[in-house]
Amino acid sequence: MAEKLIGTDIAPPDLHAKITGRAKYAEDFRAPGMVFAKLLLSPMPHARVRDIDASRALAMPGVIDILTADEVPSREGPREAALTNHPRYEGEPILAVAAVDEETAAAAIEAIRVDFEPLPFAIDPLESLRPGSPNAYVEGNQYGQEGWSEYKWTAADFAAIDRGEFPDPECPVEWSKGDVEAAFAESELILEETIVHQSLTHHPMEPRTNMAYWENDRLYAFVSTQSTQATKFALAGALEMDPEDITFVSEYCGGGFGSKISGTTIMQVPALFSRKIGRPVMLRITRYEENYIGRARPGFQSWLRMGFLGNGKCNAIDLIIVQESGPYGASDFNTAGMIADLTYTPGNMRFRGVPVYTNTPPKAAQRGPGGAQIISMMEPILEKAARELGIDRYEIHMLNAPGPDVAFGPRGTTLTSVHAREALELGAEMFDWEAKSALSGQRNGTKVTGIGIGLSPYTAGSRDRDGMMVIRPDGKLYVHQGIGNLGTHSIADTARPAAELLGLSWDDVVIVWGDTSKGLPRSTVQAGSQTTHAHTRANHAAGMDALRKVREVAAATLGGSAAAYRVDNGRVSGPGGSMTFGQVAQRAIAMGGEYDGHVLPEDIHEQTVPAAQMLVGQGLLGIARDNYGGEGSIYSWVAGFAVVELDVETGAVELKEYLGVTDCGTVLHPRSLGAQVLGGSIQGMGMAMTQRWVFDPKWGVPFANRLYTARPPGMLDVPANLRWGSVGIADPQTPVGAKGIGEPPVGAGAAALTCAVADAMGGKCLCRTPLTPDIILAELEGRPLPFGRLDQHVG
Amino acid sequence: MSQTELAGAQPKEFTRRTFIKGVIATGATVSSAGYLFRGTSLLGAATYQTATERLITLSINGQDRRVDVLPHETLAMTLRYKLGLTGTKLGCDRAECGACTVLVDGVNQYACSMLTHQVRGRAVTTIEGLENPDTGELSVVQKAVMDEGGFQCAFCAPGFIMSMTSMLDTNPNPTREEAAVALSGNLCRCADYEKILNCAMRAAELHRSV
Repeated sequence: MAEKLIGTDIAPPDLHAKITGRAKYAEDFRAPGMVFAKLLLSPMPHARVRDIDASRALAMPGVIDILTADEVPSREGPREAALTNHPRYEGEPILAVAAVDEETAAAAIEAIRVDFEPLPFAIDPLESLRPGSPNAYVEGNQYGQEGWSEYKWTAADFAAIDRGEFPDPECPVEWSKGDVEAAFAESELILEETIVHQSLTHHPMEPRTNMAYWENDRLYAFVSTQSTQATKFALAGALEMDPEDITFVSEYCGGGFGSKISGTTIMQVPALFSRKIGRPVMLRITRYEENYIGRARPGFQSWLRMGFLGNGKCNAIDLIIVQESGPYGASDFNTAGMIADLTYTPGNMRFRGVPVYTNTPPKAAQRGPGGAQIISMMEPILEKAARELGIDRYEIHMLNAPGPDVAFGPRGTTLTSVHAREALELGAEMFDWEAKSALSGQRNGTKVTGIGIGLSPYTAGSRDRDGMMVIRPDGKLYVHQGIGNLGTHSIADTARPAAELLGLSWDDVVIVWGDTSKGLPRSTVQAGSQTTHAHTRANHAAGMDALRKVREVAAATLGGSAAAYRVDNGRVSGPGGSMTFGQVAQRAIAMGGEYDGHVLPEDIHEQTVPAAQMLVGQGLLGIARDNYGGEGSIYSWVAGFAVVELDVETGAVELKEYLGVTDCGTVLHPRSLGAQVLGGSIQGMGMAMTQRWVFDPKWGVPFANRLYTARPPGMLDVPANLRWGSVGIADPQTPVGAKGIGEPPVGAGAAALTCAVADAMGGKCLCRTPLTPDIILAELEGRPLPFGRLDQHVG
Repeated sequence: MSQTELAGAQPKEFTRRTFIKGVIATGATVSSAGYLFRGTSLLGAATYQTATERLITLSINGQDRRVDVLPHETLAMTLRYKLGLTGTKLGCDRAECGACTVLVDGVNQYACSMLTHQVRGRAVTTIEGLENPDTGELSVVQKAVMDEGGFQCAFCAPGFIMSMTSMLDTNPNPTREEAAVALSGNLCRCADYEKILNCAMRAAELHRSV
């Protein structure tokens, strides 16, 4: 028997390159004659460029040319262009300069005179809903099929808000289920809160650097992106060119967390600039620039009313979210409404949402988009209900978590599997909830212990992608992966099912990825925790196709029926004898037809066809679309358990212990799963505790524009021993049973901390993130905060 | 054990202060230009500046490397853009993330925040210099990372590995907490700290058994 691959720890095949410095990320590529581009960034949050005078810059020795907004694609409406004459946030790129070196390009940027006409701007989304307040766009603050319009709440709405009441505004997005008012009438306890969730930049370690050059009419693009195959098509779409005229390289990506899903807008600049000047162009993005153009999680300002029956069951939710959408939009708020319904199963819910364009850096999905925010905001309110009703906090999470019969959101969405309660149960056991919860409120000198639980779901899969692999005459299986390589190890791990089906040892499997000239099948974007689910399925399907062909080739060669042949250790054996996979590959090439890819399945995606055609005649081709189907959405869960110590003299919070337990189906790669659960949780802790993104309301610009001013968690911000677990129950609707894991831990880590801090404060919810020491201390000392309770971007 | 004790008494520490002093001494202004790349020797083209490069000899990974260096050029830029050593990563350009960490005379330093002229006559080791040059055998730290399947996106990995290498020199027998302090100058945005500490502890174990 070949080794078992699923559920074992195997270091990914690219690790050796990563730890010896051989792995090439986008900034590591060089091309003969390569020049450097620098960006001129808007110095104000909203403006119009009246005039650009680049004559002095262009006369400088070493300066080659400039690229302006007129030379990049742009579209009507709130849609981002790579360069613009109408900047809508501080830091938006206006133009680029190319020069023989980066310093010369930077000096040239300084020598360019841009005449900006400053325009009114909107930084705080709620404030921009006030009658008479400025909009983010000259044309308005809402964009629909009819074009631009202005949308404001009424003076009466704001009178209620300013009185601290729950408002009742008209909202562009609204849905409800059950009878919310009747349910509240039955509630034993109703909690009403205003909650602010901050906006924060993604800040992956690798900024969105890109390099590109052209040879004849072919574009060679070296891009920092989460996805590979999908990004090639996105780049081709943006540049309006034939995707097959691009050689797209992204073998390594230094993190994205949602900010580089199908590439980046700025990736157009080196490609277009290089075409213009006929030389390779490197656009190295600095950390300072990344702060502006690097995408951010949308902040929320919200009103929440939650009703509970006497036993602790949530029976009604009324939720209003005002979302800071940046200049180009985001949809986190919709997801947040769905996840509130899923996590607390109220039966009766009304959701109202207002996405508001703002002149703040562009928003994008950030790991657990919408879900992480709402879980971080609502879990402390659930725990507050437990306190007020005299119920154990673990019990209230258990009582409200969904079971297999869940139907959530306005359309009654169902799930393929849900084991949230099992995750809580296993977590409580591993954490020793009973003993730990007894430490709640314990005082040791100036420090008070707080305990918290955060339960966080998120979508974790998709269907219908293609798998493609070749058994070559060297006897090895080459699995072609169009997904990206941003550190989740999924390029390797999702190939395991095919290798197991074919009875191969891992040494006989070669992963082909990151370079579209090698032929990469249609794949999901590497985002939304999709790849583990989508591509174990696609590779399982292609592996089944390869297995069928191996048996048929063996039967055709050796005699007997194909069904009687078995594969093991790189051989196929049956009634007629035995062949190596190398021999099978050679026979498949001789037989042609579907065996070596001359004939392709009819149902594969049109984007897979040219990639498959690159592999024709090279061996036995396993290729298939994922036709396994399924009903319902795919969600994974993480339950986080935290112990903190809050220093009541300094307001500092120290995390003493953390455990994350997941329900994400079958475990493919335990060590990597643990890294996802804990790493995602720690990112959530940064979101909830440290990464404060402060803006100057007068000038509309961020003060915190580097890592040290909006600091992500470092090694010493977490205990030296973190723990994780998995319930490991297979999802019945997918052949491998595995679901994704990237998104859910963020909300779990954030909420475990927001709950633990509230616990350390005797149950007082601050209803705001991040919970920096100054905010905590002001509350402990009874001092008023220097900002309004609904203000966004404050410091 | 305090943080300074763990870091060990370094004969020559490069702080931001000495960095700035170095810039002033070499006659350049302290500006963001130090974090940018200037590459005339590669391209042979005129640039706007009049600052001149000097041909100096550096000791990089045990080899003498002759390279033209500007007064205000950072070590990270020399390594990445003039010597082809792209394993040293730039994550923040100014001493916030540690992705550019290299060893100077065995001590971990941020290459983005040192001038190349400061390392004349000193031994610089980068991630490319950790393998045995004759056999290609990985260093104990690299072996430990392979054993533990360390890192996710790994953009921070070269910097962490250099800091782990330096740590073993000063504290070959660290506790997990001491290892965390020794590595706290490096940031991992994937926040794979648990696994990185596993790597550090495994490295110490391998180091002791060598």
